Amino acid sequence: MCDNLISNIGLEVHAELSTDTKIFCSCKNEFGASPNTNVCPICLGLHGALPTLNEKTLQYAIKMGLALNCSINSRSEMARKNYFYPDLPKGYQISQAEKPICENGYLEFLSEGKVKRVNIERIHIEEDAGKLIHSEGKEQSTYIDYNRCGVPLIEIVTRPDIESPRQAKDFLETIKSILSYLEICDCKMQEGSIRCDVNVSVHKDGEPLGTRVEMKNVNSFSGVFSAIEFEQHRQFEILKAGGTISQETRRWNDAQGRSEVLRTKENANDYRYFPEPDIPPILLNYDYLNSITIDKSALPNLKAINYYLNLGLSQTDAVFIASDNELKQFFDLCNGIKQDYSNTTAKWIMTDILKHLNKNRLALSQTELTPEYLIELISLIEEGTVSSTGARKIFEAIIANDSLSPHELAEKLGLIQISDNSFLENLADDVIEKNEKSVTDYKNGKDNALGFLIGQCMKKSKGRANPALISNILISKLNK
Amino acid sequence: MNNTNLTAYEARKLLKSKEVSSAELTTKALRQITENNEKLNFAISIELDYALKMAESFDKTACKGVELNSIQGLPIAVKDNICTVFSKTTCASRMLKGYVSPYNATVIDKLSDSIITAKLNMDEFAMGSTTETSYFGAVKNPHDIEKSPGGSSGGCAAAVAVTDALMTLGSDTGGSIRLPAAHCGVVGLKPTYGSVSRYGLIAFASSLDQIGPICKSVKDTAMLYDAICGHDKRDLTSIGREYPSALKCLTGNIRGLKIGVPDEYFTSDINEDVKTAIFKTLTTLEKLGAELIPISLKHAQYALSAYYIISSAEASSNLSRFDGVRYGYRRDDNSSIEELFVNSRTEGFGDEVKRRILLGTFVLSEGYYDKYYLKAKQTAQLIKSDFQNAFSAIDVIATPVSFNTAPKLNQKRSPVSVYSEDFCTVSANLCGIPAISVPCGFDKDSMPIGIQFMADSFREDLLLNTAYAVETELNLFQWARRESYVR
Repeated sequence: MCDNLISNIGLEVHAELSTDTKIFCSCKNEFGASPNTNVCPICLGLHGALPTLNEKTLQYAIKMGLALNCSINSRSEMARKNYFYPDLPKGYQISQAEKPICENGYLEFLSEGKVKRVNIERIHIEEDAGKLIHSEGKEQSTYIDYNRCGVPLIEIVTRPDIESPRQAKDFLETIKSILSYLEICDCKMQEGSIRCDVNVSVHKDGEPLGTRVEMKNVNSFSGVFSAIEFEQHRQFEILKAGGTISQETRRWNDAQGRSEVLRTKENANDYRYFPEPDIPPILLNYDYLNSITIDKSALPNLKAINYYLNLGLSQTDAVFIASDNELKQFFDLCNGIKQDYSNTTAKWIMTDILKHLNKNRLALSQTELTPEYLIELISLIEEGTVSSTGARKIFEAIIANDSLSPHELAEKLGLIQISDNSFLENLADDVIEKNEKSVTDYKNGKDNALGFLIGQCMKKSKGRANPALISNILISKLNK
Repeated sequence: MNNTNLTAYEARKLLKSKEVSSAELTTKALRQITENNEKLNFAISIELDYALKMAESFDKTACKGVELNSIQGLPIAVKDNICTVFSKTTCASRMLKGYVSPYNATVIDKLSDSIITAKLNMDEFAMGSTTETSYFGAVKNPHDIEKSPGGSSGGCAAAVAVTDALMTLGSDTGGSIRLPAAHCGVVGLKPTYGSVSRYGLIAFASSLDQIGPICKSVKDTAMLYDAICGHDKRDLTSIGREYPSALKCLTGNIRGLKIGVPDEYFTSDINEDVKTAIFKTLTTLEKLGAELIPISLKHAQYALSAYYIISSAEASSNLSRFDGVRYGYRRDDNSSIEELFVNSRTEGFGDEVKRRILLGTFVLSEGYYDKYYLKAKQTAQLIKSDFQNAFSAIDVIATPVSFNTAPKLNQKRSPVSVYSEDFCTVSANLCGIPAISVPCGFDKDSMPIGIQFMADSFREDLLLNTAYAVETELNLFQWARRESYVR
């Protein structure tokens, strides 16, 4: 974007955990209930009420820590983050400060055609705040819904290792796919299940990191992309003009596509963190930690890297298939039957299969299509038994819930190509005899005449002639 | 019912033998509370109708043959920072004037068969040592209405001193149970941190606060402690273990008991009468077979500073929720949300509370956290190891509760001079250990003097038994039973 200027981007990703109940009380953790119905003295922060700790929250955070290669702290500590805001009933948020539950990990994922590694500083658990609802019109009231208070969150904090808006977006997509794979977050962006703060700094190559600017309130991945682009540009322009970047917090306005200053360094919040006296340190013993496991080999980011590097799938296909549990499993099974077809398998998944599933709002498991059938179908094409057009007809029959195998269907539907040499020779002779004009055209150098002649052969054989073979036979006959 | 100056323990016997009904006890207590409150101002809310109704319904079920144990049917009053659904809980603050909690504190649930008669006056948010910071006015000492009952549970100590069969629950963050007990000539126990649930106690300093009994006698104190202690899964700082009955441990036999007497608590600041009373008591205990052992708690001099830093830091955070947004005092004509916060808090809190919030905010601020808060926590750790070491060789530690007897009300004193009143009491809170204050004499103006005993965690049995020996041997209790204190 600008010569010898380098961006360093760090992200703080907040993900709401999909536990049944809240983090410090037994109120339901659900989105969309009537305002202030899922509340109790604890999550309303009434004086005298004390927090307990939902063990599921720890489990989920540890799972994410394992997925992001973090070390899990056998002793972690809750801390109070103090600030005043009407949606924060206690005047402090219970979070973690010096001793988070997970630390020092990394995430590898595909971005811009390469395997990118971003270091993870920490993952900590904390409670969500309520929601302000501003009434429209001249009344100008603000209502507060405390249902979201105490919904468990994990905050994933990266090192400033991300270099471009594209990488940031790919990082977030990867985080989302992992949360979804681990089934610890419902990942509904429109409900605010995943939210993000973005830190951007710019420096000249060879110089130390620049001044960090934080952007809050970025609620979509495309917003993150635009916010970083905007901020990079703003900082580049300042530096090019010989100015200095001031440390500040900005608010991203997605509608206007720009950010504005929220707080400067001088009036930055001092959160006065200190250990939460109502919750003793969290001690996790060896047995407990061992009881929480994840299947690392099935992690979508690692799958995608494998598909891309070892199977030669395109980045888009690799990431897409790896991010969808069902597609991923299906693809892996196909691959287990015949790895040579992995690229063709991916193409089928990304085109015909997805189109059909999306159109009919179906899951793969709701169709008759099995990995065995897809591989058999692909074999039929590869071996020249059916044409690709024929294969598509077979595919449609399978997903229309015909229980016959692809080969049986090919026979039933009369789609088996004829590769018998004498039949094809006779066919070619017949067509050449009846289309003198095209033969002349061909000999005069009109290449599309060949296409016409092949078409005639196909028509005569009702589409069953092997197109590659008939084409070769025609050429050799015409060139005689 | 002709008994005067009845203890709860005695009342319970009469209740068991059906010589008296709960309604009779309650009626008398309510009458005494109401009458004396006019002079002493120890109650914020008196629940006449509620208490009588509860007592009558108790008598009905009791008639049907309910086994009487514990403290069922006896009149109780609680400090106004313990949440109750049937009565206001104000914390003696304008901020919570008129506030009714939607839930009961765990200790209130545990006392569901007792008769809660009143909510008692205190220093605002339990911050103070004289009960003068109450929004509802100072409490007066029953022994001399010109004097303070001590604080912050001054309402409890004063009410207990003048009400038949009454037991009260106070709270103690740095001496708030023991100091008023000493100044009013009654018994006060700050239990081990974690032995009584804090659920429903309006937090001042969460890591130090503990609810405990203030009663007329050691037996009453043990009885009430037995009723309220125990694990509560709603409080993560509550400790799950066996809680054997403290009442059953009261033998008065202290033969062989090793009593540590720390130098650091008998400095030149101590009032001569207090010093004399304490040493006389210790000599008496020695005669009963206890062994007095001089000890040193060398970090004791730093306890007060550590305490005020830690307690103010936690208070500044705990009191953030009172912002005028959801409940409590709110100024209405604000031009912004910041103004609503500032105006509501400025007008809703009293000076002492604001002083602690400012102090606490300061010591947690960036650049000062390490210098103050962290240092204070480290200091507390050193003090704790001093005590741990001491308890490896001795059973209980004896000190004054306060260097002086009850101070005069309305004195213009610097905050630091008031804070120094807590010198002897704060260490028990910093260490989480139990401590008791029991009357041990009077000064030349006939004002009560208390002696403090501290023991290792969960050794309430040792403390109460030692206090029981003091109470029985000194026979001061008879004095406390004279017809009327109120001069």
